[in-house]
Amino acid sequence: MTPVISNVSRRGFLGQMFSAGALVLAAPLVPAAKADAVWQPNVYLGIEPDGTVKIVAHRSEMGTGCRTGLPMIVADELEADWARVKVIQALGDPKYGSQDTDGSCSVRDFYDILRTAGATARTMLENAAAAKWGVPESECHGKNHFVAHDNGDRKLAYGELAGAAATAKVPDKSAVRYKTPDQFRYIGKPIPIVDLKPIVTGRATFGTDARMPGMVYAAIERPPVMGATIKTCDDAAAKQVKGVEQVVMLDLAKPPYGFKALGGVAVIANNSWTALQGRKKLKVAWDAGENGAFDSAAYKQQMIDTARKPGRVARELGNVDTEFAKGGKTLEASYYTPMLAHASMEPVAAVAEFKNGQVVTWTCTQDPQAVQDTVARAVGIKKEDVECHVTLLGGGFGRKSKPDYVAEAALLSKQVGKPVKVVWSREDDVHFDYFHSPAALYMKAAVDDRGRPTAWLQRSVFPPIAMQGNPNEEYGGFQLSMGWTDIPYPIPNLRVENGPAKAHVRIGWLRSVSNIYHAFGVQTFTDELAAAAGRDRVEYLLELIGDPRVIDFGKEGEKGARSDPKFPFDTARLRNVIELAARNSGWANKKAAPGRALGIAAHRSFLTYVAAVADVEVHNGHIRIPRVDIAVDPGRVINPDRVKSQFEGAAVFGTSIALMGEITAAHGRIQQSNFDLYPVARINEAPVETHVHIVESDAPPAGVGEPGVPPIAPAICNAIFAATGKRIRELPIKGQLS
Amino acid sequence: MIHLTINGKPARFDGDPDMPLLWYLRDELALTGTKFGCGMGLCGTCTVHVNGEAARSCLTPMRAVAGKNITTIEGLSPAGEHPLQKAWEACNVPQCGYCQSGQIMQAAALLKSKPHPTDHDIDSEMQGNICRCGTYQRIRRAIKMAAGVEA
Repeated sequence: MTPVISNVSRRGFLGQMFSAGALVLAAPLVPAAKADAVWQPNVYLGIEPDGTVKIVAHRSEMGTGCRTGLPMIVADELEADWARVKVIQALGDPKYGSQDTDGSCSVRDFYDILRTAGATARTMLENAAAAKWGVPESECHGKNHFVAHDNGDRKLAYGELAGAAATAKVPDKSAVRYKTPDQFRYIGKPIPIVDLKPIVTGRATFGTDARMPGMVYAAIERPPVMGATIKTCDDAAAKQVKGVEQVVMLDLAKPPYGFKALGGVAVIANNSWTALQGRKKLKVAWDAGENGAFDSAAYKQQMIDTARKPGRVARELGNVDTEFAKGGKTLEASYYTPMLAHASMEPVAAVAEFKNGQVVTWTCTQDPQAVQDTVARAVGIKKEDVECHVTLLGGGFGRKSKPDYVAEAALLSKQVGKPVKVVWSREDDVHFDYFHSPAALYMKAAVDDRGRPTAWLQRSVFPPIAMQGNPNEEYGGFQLSMGWTDIPYPIPNLRVENGPAKAHVRIGWLRSVSNIYHAFGVQTFTDELAAAAGRDRVEYLLELIGDPRVIDFGKEGEKGARSDPKFPFDTARLRNVIELAARNSGWANKKAAPGRALGIAAHRSFLTYVAAVADVEVHNGHIRIPRVDIAVDPGRVINPDRVKSQFEGAAVFGTSIALMGEITAAHGRIQQSNFDLYPVARINEAPVETHVHIVESDAPPAGVGEPGVPPIAPAICNAIFAATGKRIRELPIKGQLS
Repeated sequence: MIHLTINGKPARFDGDPDMPLLWYLRDELALTGTKFGCGMGLCGTCTVHVNGEAARSCLTPMRAVAGKNITTIEGLSPAGEHPLQKAWEACNVPQCGYCQSGQIMQAAALLKSKPHPTDHDIDSEMQGNICRCGTYQRIRRAIKMAAGVEA
């Protein structure tokens, strides 16, 4: 087998990152699924003569810990001393494979290749030592930054061996010596994030913190309605604000909106405050256009109505209509979840300089290659002429995959002739989001005399993310595989449908995407059936999932099902997390009491199995969540403390969705603007304690950043039903209990 | 001209006296540890100390800080070893980290007024500081650790 790692120690282009004499290896970071892509050297791992190990982090850090977790994998196989590892953030470059840090796939897609990179480097160092000592390679072992000879009389530091290894041929993959999991030094251990100290001392650099010499600041008045055009613009007062340098027009985006800069009127000033003040003095009259008729309350009713009519069938087993027509007992329910904004604590931000036909930018982006693409198109240059530096991200949740804001900075710099920093206010961040879509769901089941479903129909309606490319797209497409067509219940008559909805605002993905509403529908309806049958919710849920099995969705009626042999849907793992969450929450001994009860929900997303039990108190309409237990099976875990923290955070994120998150629109304009009107959970509203129970597993690592979110809202709402008898069918709960 | 002290050093400002302290710190002094989050005093990411008390720098105009002592996260402890910073590290509090300067500055003010805070004290004092990543339970743990009260 040919090596997948290449020795690029002598290549000139590495000069800025590594010194001469360093051993530098490149690995193809294109995931196995895309193995047919043209091979190119990708990630770099370098060992300097002084022993410093440099590992390139090619994905973005927005709080998940991947900037620490990915290098841990390399360092472990390399047997590097973590204290001597330096993590270098990659520029945007297709040579790294996908850098789009979303879909909870950083570890999932790169675990194997990063292990190979680390193991290959260690093998080469061991071989270099063996050659030096004239002993068999099998007698030399790298350990904690040294290669030692088995007889114990000599060892050489990695730095001393780097030069010799740098001239060696990369061993074939079959000759690379991997560690066994029991030898892992870092994988599976709680390692603090590499940015911890800079963060707690205020010295970490986020997108809003990035500076370029001579930069000016811009605040932009953007179209308040998607597709609105400018009727008149009076910038006289804005120009009189002291410190305002000029007012610049940006072309308005035309559909499809994709990641394009929205355009508008930009005030350029000597600092952020002045730019924001100048912008307030702009008098812009807008022609709202056709989306000016968009009213989210009417749209909600329209979606609920659509969900009650036949839609496109995405999965079908047996015949639900025949079963419903038999005249037995049926239950049905409609559910609704609203639009949501991402509301990262850091609004989107970028600084960019256009100079000599090239752009240099520093920005908080989840996807630096999308920055290159978007900026290049916007200013009319080649993608490779866009140099994108990735800062830390003050939260992302999907918003920062869409670099419209970087295009703004580049376009403005091109016009102004100086580096431009684009300042988004919180109001901008809310108004000009790519919103999580609102969704209406309709569920219907026929049940037998024990309350078990014999037929199950579910239909979802939501404006799709695909509107970014085609503004007229009305169907969910790939989003249906997120918790909808993959419903794991073996019901003989099952139909999964999707109805149409046209977008009137920009729609995008938000942490766990369509799983949010799909899990809300499925897990609430499951609880409704259990309640109607008078059954214990956990027992009923387990019974619905049925005996452990691996599901072949293609054989079970899903249209265009794609199976992934590496990550089959194994219901034994789903059952296990349900039992684990129930046991740890004390489910069996905590019977529902008026005003306080437990609720459960379980959901698999991003290939990870999660069950959540929420302990909820309801008192005079006020909700308190003393405790959440989340059991999670994500396969092999790299950094268990960061996995825990992701699920602790997901419980809070899900609480915001359940209790308070709602974006509405009137006359096409978003009605919320800041944290007063778009509240998110605070310390006194969040679950008091979230206990995360991680299943030990050596299955391939799956997603972690997102899958904690979907079960939280239904678990909370199911607990509320058990505590009060009030069934929540619409989110957010807000005042529904008072 | 407004004269003030920032992290123990004299500083001066001769711009718009209505400009909030936040932008002076960030844009003019490049002290970017103090973050912008909302501009309305709703999220707490911009929290600094003015004469030892927690204040939202996004709502504090420069005219109001003439002659005052300002402490930012960069000046909380010269070596970054304030008991809260150490506790924050020990508990691995941050996820993205963006709100944490404000959280630590608010918590430092809390411990000054209430060296042994209860859960209720923490909830009421810290509820002005949003963490969208949801690190609240670790924030609570870290405050208690720094205060030496049972977690």
